[in-house]
Amino acid sequence: MGNVAIKANALVKWFGEGEAKTTAVKSASFEADFGELLYIVGPSGSGKTTLLSMISGILKPNEGSVLVEGKDIWQMKSDDIADLRLHKIGFVFQDYHLFPRLTTVENVAIPLILKKMDWNEALKVGLEYLEIVGLKDKAQLQPVKLSGGEQQRVAIARAIAGKPDILIFDEPTASLDGDTGRKIVEFVKTKILNPERCVIIVTHDSRIYEYADSIMKMEDGNIIAFERNTNAIPYMSHEK
Amino acid sequence: MSSILKIALKLLVNDRSKFIALLVGITFAVFLMIMMMSMFSGILSRSSSSVYNVGAKIWVMDPAVNNATSSIPMPDYVLSSARSINGVKYAVPIYFGNALVKLKSGAYQAVSVVGLDDATLYGRPELIEGKIEDIYAESAFIVVKDAEFKKLESPAVGTEFEINDHRGLVVGLAKVASGGLFGIPTVYTTYHRAITYIPSMRFTTSYILIEPKHESDIPFIQQQIKKLGYQALTRDQFVRKISDFYTYQTGMGMNVLMMTAISFIVGLSISGQTFYTFILENLERFGALKAIGAKGNELIKMILFQASFTALIGYGLGVGLASALMILAKLRLPSYAAQVTYTNLTFAFFMVLIMAGVSSYIGIRKVLQIQPFDIFRG
Ligand SMILES: Nc1ncnc2c1ncn2[C@@H]1O[C@H](COP(=O)(O)OP(=O)(O)O)[C@@H](O)[C@H]1O
Ligand SMILES: [Mg+2]
Repeated sequence: MGNVAIKANALVKWFGEGEAKTTAVKSASFEADFGELLYIVGPSGSGKTTLLSMISGILKPNEGSVLVEGKDIWQMKSDDIADLRLHKIGFVFQDYHLFPRLTTVENVAIPLILKKMDWNEALKVGLEYLEIVGLKDKAQLQPVKLSGGEQQRVAIARAIAGKPDILIFDEPTASLDGDTGRKIVEFVKTKILNPERCVIIVTHDSRIYEYADSIMKMEDGNIIAFERNTNAIPYMSHEK
Repeated sequence: MSSILKIALKLLVNDRSKFIALLVGITFAVFLMIMMMSMFSGILSRSSSSVYNVGAKIWVMDPAVNNATSSIPMPDYVLSSARSINGVKYAVPIYFGNALVKLKSGAYQAVSVVGLDDATLYGRPELIEGKIEDIYAESAFIVVKDAEFKKLESPAVGTEFEINDHRGLVVGLAKVASGGLFGIPTVYTTYHRAITYIPSMRFTTSYILIEPKHESDIPFIQQQIKKLGYQALTRDQFVRKISDFYTYQTGMGMNVLMMTAISFIVGLSISGQTFYTFILENLERFGALKAIGAKGNELIKMILFQASFTALIGYGLGVGLASALMILAKLRLPSYAAQVTYTNLTFAFFMVLIMAGVSSYIGIRKVLQIQPFDIFRG
């Protein structure tokens, strides 16, 4: 495996105070490398989303540190963290969070626009990424006109349009049927992952485990196992 | 336009129904505010119409006068004293009063009569028919051809009528800059004929009009007149005094102010509410933008842009609608008193800015509060 993309050190996160206090993540440490597809699995409520948020600069941990490409992100100012998210990290949210009032291609262009790219240029690049996910012909449609799997691909196109080093998926297949979910993960493994990129997927969909390079198991806020999957289906990236 | 603002615009405008609701709210508020204020401005300007029409630089009057049409007659010595003040080029009396005209049909019609100084005819109107010298002819009157002209059965030069049981003869038709407020026709005649025809008290001079030698003489003249126990006001001061009277002493101003405030509050609540709903419904979008990496000040820019864009369009529509309605009303009702002034427009504009400001403030607070984590968790 390549260089370390993300390093989490003894992360702790709790919510609420006193009686209502729940510790969602209890001292989590792990590493994710470039070129790696890492799965985080575990029952609902085990702290997967909370952990994902802390390592991607969305939720500040109560204790511990996160190094993204060697930089301690929670020592940075909030605008700098926003910049880090914009430039280094791509998100695919659990329920996509596409913008219903924008066209598909405008949705994909959003990270580029936030990066201050000129409008026409951003749409042009957005279209290229729609082509990568096979939806070029749906560019001018509103997301509601697309099927669930197609919307998921739009969300992926948006996540990768900004050329992030790290891609984060929270339960990408939860609301898709088995076949579609499998195709999405296969697509991610074969087309999106590459040696300069690290992809982390939270899932409890055991049907897609064969694509994972590593599988991390969580339970009740703890990491209870971290396994390398030596039989993983390898990536063959076609993306520049 | 920056691409981020373009996104903001699309989020706003593509939400057709909400955008229209927002526009309707602001347009309605602007429309009401402009209508109220314009009506008031119209009334105020008409209440000073005689001051504008006569055009004198300085008006001398009893200090208790608060409105041009209810003058308090002054004794003759005020005129001679005024004439002897240093810096006075000339000073002439003018008469304002009311009379009853008996029309050919036998109906009576009240008119307001302006009596011009016999020697100078100072304050005379611009004639559109007839010659001003004819005002010296026997029983001569000049009728103002304004919105009220019809009430005198649209007389022509040569028409005879009865005024306070005297014979009257129309020798000219005049036009004046500003129509009056009270809906009665105006006739001009000489000072002497006016006081002969119209019963009056011991004193007859309604106002003394002064032309100063230089603008710089005005303060001294005012001071000297004050020593006589009277008041000398410049045209603007007199107009202000009349406006103040109508604004503060008749309840009219208070009512208009209240209506304006109500329109503002209605507009603010409609637009504020709708904008807030719009922000709430788009909260997830703003949260997603934040998660992807938008900074706080970029989100603030987007919201401010959305609010001010809506406000400006609503303002334009409101002003347009109000003006259109006023033009329409004036076509049908010649004496309809309403005028859009720059002050009104500016005032309404600031009110709209406040609406946009308040709406964005609520929106911005809400958007800055959302945690991308909540979006992330779904
Ligand atoms: N904002 C929050 N406030 C209170 N409790 C929370 C909050 N977010 C998460 N939790 C709690 O933390 C635990 C872990 O949640 P989460 O990370 O979403 O789990 P998972 O993604 O594995 O289902 C749960 O018990 C959840 O109720
Ligand atoms: Mg979760």
